[in-house]
Amino acid sequence: MTARTRQTLPPGFLLPVRDGETDEFYLNLGPQHPSTHGALRVVVRLDGETIREVVPRLGYIHRGIEYQAERDNVLQFVHFADRFDYLTALQNEHAVCLAAEKALGIGVPERGEWIRVVADELTRISSHLIFLGSFGTDLGGTTTFLYAFKMREAVTQLFDELCGARLTTNFLRPGGCARDLPEGFVQKTRAALETVKRGMDEWDVFLSGNVIFQERTRGVGILPADRAVALGCSGPVLRGSGVEFDLRKKEPYSLYSKFDFDVPVGSVGDCWDRYAVRVEEIRQSARILEQALDDVPEGPWRSKEKVSWRLDEGSWWSEVETAKGILGVQLESQGKSDKPWRIKVRSPSFSNLMALDEMCRGQKVADLVAILGSIDPVIPEVDR
Amino acid sequence: MNALDLSVNHPVGDFVREVLFPNCPDLAWAANGLIAAVALVLFPVFLSAPFLIWMERKVCAHMQARLGPMRHGPHGAFQTIADVMKLLFKEIALPGKIDRLPYLLAPAIPLTASFLSLAVIPWDHDLQVADPEQGILYLLAVGALGILGILVGAWASNSKFALLGAMRAGAQMLSYEVSLGILMLLVALLSGESSLREIVLSQQGTALDWWIFKAPVVGFLAFVLYLVSSTAELNRGPFDLVEAEQELTAGYQTEYSGMGFAMFYLAEYVNMVIQAALVSTFFLGGFLPLQIGIAPVDGILAAAPGIVWMVAKILLVVFVYMWFRWSFPRPRIDQLLALEWKTLVPANLVLFALGVLLVSQGWIL
Repeated sequence: MTARTRQTLPPGFLLPVRDGETDEFYLNLGPQHPSTHGALRVVVRLDGETIREVVPRLGYIHRGIEYQAERDNVLQFVHFADRFDYLTALQNEHAVCLAAEKALGIGVPERGEWIRVVADELTRISSHLIFLGSFGTDLGGTTTFLYAFKMREAVTQLFDELCGARLTTNFLRPGGCARDLPEGFVQKTRAALETVKRGMDEWDVFLSGNVIFQERTRGVGILPADRAVALGCSGPVLRGSGVEFDLRKKEPYSLYSKFDFDVPVGSVGDCWDRYAVRVEEIRQSARILEQALDDVPEGPWRSKEKVSWRLDEGSWWSEVETAKGILGVQLESQGKSDKPWRIKVRSPSFSNLMALDEMCRGQKVADLVAILGSIDPVIPEVDR
Repeated sequence: MNALDLSVNHPVGDFVREVLFPNCPDLAWAANGLIAAVALVLFPVFLSAPFLIWMERKVCAHMQARLGPMRHGPHGAFQTIADVMKLLFKEIALPGKIDRLPYLLAPAIPLTASFLSLAVIPWDHDLQVADPEQGILYLLAVGALGILGILVGAWASNSKFALLGAMRAGAQMLSYEVSLGILMLLVALLSGESSLREIVLSQQGTALDWWIFKAPVVGFLAFVLYLVSSTAELNRGPFDLVEAEQELTAGYQTEYSGMGFAMFYLAEYVNMVIQAALVSTFFLGGFLPLQIGIAPVDGILAAAPGIVWMVAKILLVVFVYMWFRWSFPRPRIDQLLALEWKTLVPANLVLFALGVLLVSQGWIL
């Protein structure tokens, strides 16, 4: 191994052991690799095909979003939130808006909250559908990807109706949302939900029931509940390990206390549990949406706009259960301008990714891809 | 080996003989063999592979609810030709620190092995380059050569992805060779022949006389097991661990570009033709027409020449291979080897024992 190669390895990475008994080597997956879900580099120490150590190397698409927040006022910052985890754009905006509303001391009218809940749950469905598709692809079943995207298309078109954009929506505002519901949105949402539910029934036959799929996921990448908590995992990764923790239930924000839904949990904490939790969450989201669509509140969708966006001195914390886990936003202001002094984002993908090493040790290379897929990280959110 | 037998009554050969060498039968004899070899080996290789690649893309696309290539020619029929042109004109990029000679030679080995296997495929009654008595042994010997190219190419290209892919290739292809060998022996046992032509001829009669039905239950099970094992032997999905793009980017061919890559790719598709041809030879009556026992229909069915039936059966099996590939996720290497050594090999041995029982008791239909 040359000195130059050694420099590029992560600090603290144990160099491969080469004695008479083992002949370990290291393998570099990424940042350009088909299944690292973006610009993630994973350095793996291998003994044959067996994994000894995994170190994710981050920062390949760090864009300094948190720093940019210090140059703009909160209203201007909302669209940057879309770029944390581009698959859960509306939920990211929700977290930022909650922090901003606390800081500015403004409330949200009921219709505004209702639109946010609908947007959040549609986002959860769309994000989990991408997970299903890419997870199947990670395990070598390329066809799954297209079927998941077909279902997701129904949801994405709703975003198009709602905000005029499909991915980076820039829709929520501190105090509500940018626009009212478009004409016929409720009916179209019902139709989309039907498509998704029918698709999910098909999905259970197509992928969940497949023998090879079960073989590849059951008992692979086990994360015990106590380790999941200790490592700060959240979302489906935490619930897959059997910890029943969902912010929508534990500390309900927005209108979530009004709706009746279950929080699915796993029992073993393997890839299968994390997968099954997400599959069930899609159904639960559909359940929430159906309840919401039955009762649409009337009234304004945004509270009266502030004349000044000047922030008081103080520090505010808000958190939202996104599709990936708990997204927290810490907003600090020194009370001198309308620009926050500092915004810190606690991203779920980052914390979940830290469990990768523990889950992978002793597994095979092919399992690394399955485990990474089951964490469902979005690298722009890890790096921000 | 009795290579030139087929030149007698060979329609292509007769035609060529009449046109080129009307007065010189000796020369014609040699030319006939050569023409037959070219027609039977090169022709399927260079014409079927682009067609199969196009077919694979179309089958895959329609299974995935999309259209696939549509721009070049009707329904994208010329897409593969465009791809081949691209690969031909592409610079062959040599990575640093490779073992140059083996790296450049390796892509030729799997293709050569495929050429050699094609020699014994019976396309029609008299359309076969060579028909050795021990055709099955020849196939086993030549088929195993293909692995060599993969191992050499991966080792020479100095890449860890290629190395892992080659390790898998070695383990996987050698293991599944055992299954295929036992199943070939079973067919030889049932038919009492080991020449491929004789195996086909042992299935004359209606469709029920094909080995898939003729040996009750055993034939069908052997057919299914042969399909599974040959999928693994071909390194095709769901058993494409050797390439496993999600894990190993492209496995053993990671460092190959241009024609080096194309030759590996070509060999993969030619191998698929060969395995499909073997499946139809062993179990589906090879070049014999489908007969259902109703005289007028049978007459019409038998009117088509044997090669048409052979190609039709090959395409059917190839479609099944493609169907497999685009339906299932991929197992892990240890699961794949466990499947072979703990399930398929014992199952095949039991099947072989049953085959012995069938033959000794005369229970063959």
